[in-house]
Amino acid sequence: MSDILVKIRNLHFSRGHRKIFNGLSLDIPRQGITAIMGPSGTGKTTLLKLIGGQLTPDQGTIEVDGLNVHQLSTAKLFELRQRMGMLFQSGALLTDLSVFENVAYPLREHTKLNEAMIRYLVLLKLNAVGLRGAADLAPAELSGGMARRVALARAIALDPMMIMYDEPFTGQDPISLGVIVSLISELNRALKICSVVVSHDVQETFSISNQVHLISGGKLIESGSPQSLQNSQSAWTRQFVHGDADGPVHFHYPAKPLLDDLYQRS
Amino acid sequence: MFNAVLDKIQHLGAATLHSFARLGRASRFLLDVISGCASLFVRPGLLIKQLYSVGVQTLIIVVVAGLFVGMVMSLQSYYALVDFGAEDSVGVMVALSLLRELGPVVTALLFAGRAGSALTAEIGLMKATEQLSGMEMMAVNPMQRVVAPRFLAGVISMPLLATIFSAVGILGGYIVAVEMLGLDSGAYWSQAQNKVDLHMDIYNGMIKSLVFGVVATWIAVFEGYDCIPTSEGLGQATTRTVVLSSLAILFLDFVLTALMFSK
Repeated sequence: MSDILVKIRNLHFSRGHRKIFNGLSLDIPRQGITAIMGPSGTGKTTLLKLIGGQLTPDQGTIEVDGLNVHQLSTAKLFELRQRMGMLFQSGALLTDLSVFENVAYPLREHTKLNEAMIRYLVLLKLNAVGLRGAADLAPAELSGGMARRVALARAIALDPMMIMYDEPFTGQDPISLGVIVSLISELNRALKICSVVVSHDVQETFSISNQVHLISGGKLIESGSPQSLQNSQSAWTRQFVHGDADGPVHFHYPAKPLLDDLYQRS
Repeated sequence: MFNAVLDKIQHLGAATLHSFARLGRASRFLLDVISGCASLFVRPGLLIKQLYSVGVQTLIIVVVAGLFVGMVMSLQSYYALVDFGAEDSVGVMVALSLLRELGPVVTALLFAGRAGSALTAEIGLMKATEQLSGMEMMAVNPMQRVVAPRFLAGVISMPLLATIFSAVGILGGYIVAVEMLGLDSGAYWSQAQNKVDLHMDIYNGMIKSLVFGVVATWIAVFEGYDCIPTSEGLGQATTRTVVLSSLAILFLDFVLTALMFSK
């Protein structure tokens, strides 16, 4: 079995006239936490949707566990997705179901387990994220951080081989942030799976990742361990990692000189 | 000047292409939904839940509207017929108008306004909050679990609602004609019974409402599924559902009437 779980080669993808990926190639190992980072709007979430087969690339291939995602039949793609968990930024909980039923949903859909076994598994998964006591609540009664933890319990319900996290740290208070950071790290260690974290929160992501891919302008800028990226010689990487306001990515959006603009000189 | 004309032609062409592309997407969507309906035999609970929210919850507005439409029809028919001494025909006039036209059409318009807009908003919001995307990533087809039960519930509900509308309308007409205007009760019912034909009037009315049900629900679920997942996009999709459904219902009513009642 290859150590590489996700293999992306020469990926091209556009939305309308806007090129999102322009020949992106990268590998994601079978175990450990791999972070995909880059500025807002660089296509990180789009990359997760491409890996999950929800979007189709213009060119290039994405292989997950040796299977070319975009050449699979719908039935085979759905089989593959049962082995992939995804945590959406909003949690994406089904609002007409309780917390318990949300976590039970994939089990009811894809297994023939009896009710007692489903209850047993759901409570264990909810316990793992610390929300066993919230089983009877409705999604509307949860805070943003709790909703993400429930979504995480749902994502691990079928014991997947990989979990993709879409911006898991965005908009969290410090306590919720700490809980999510430690949950991602501990679940990855306990389940020995592949975790793919898409984020632009440098501090939190670097603290738990084994490997980081930096993407910008549709291409891979740099890959390496968090330590190696901290000490990178690349000006772009240094600006991103240290959050400098100006650098290779300019503070000002391209425009003509200020005085020309003010006095409407062409 | 020349460039402005070219721009206008280009915009017209782009809008036409956009409309055809949308129609193509909607047609493929309908095929997917119909094939997704088969899965409801395994999970009838999903359909029953939607029959309640799409059908039963629309019932009250249909009953109230049907009652008043029947009453107005009866009043207007009486004023028109009494000059010719033909007021005994009020019953048949009310019954035929409701069964052939007003029942299916007004019910469909009410359905588009209440259930159709709610379906678009619900599916659109599920899209905006990534619930549909989340289902896909859980290897669950949202066409089968979300769209198909709502579509089938709409198709089943419409003929039933239209029948209830007509029945309540005929009763409303009876209240005005017999109880308020003092017409003979026997004449009201016997004239209606004598002139209303099961195939020509009742079946044709039900076929109309079935067609309207398919079209109105198709537009509603497609607009929700295809909307731009923002608050503005959702608002536009809901408006489009009501406008397009209403126009489609009125246009199809003309076509169906021409086909069904041509001599």
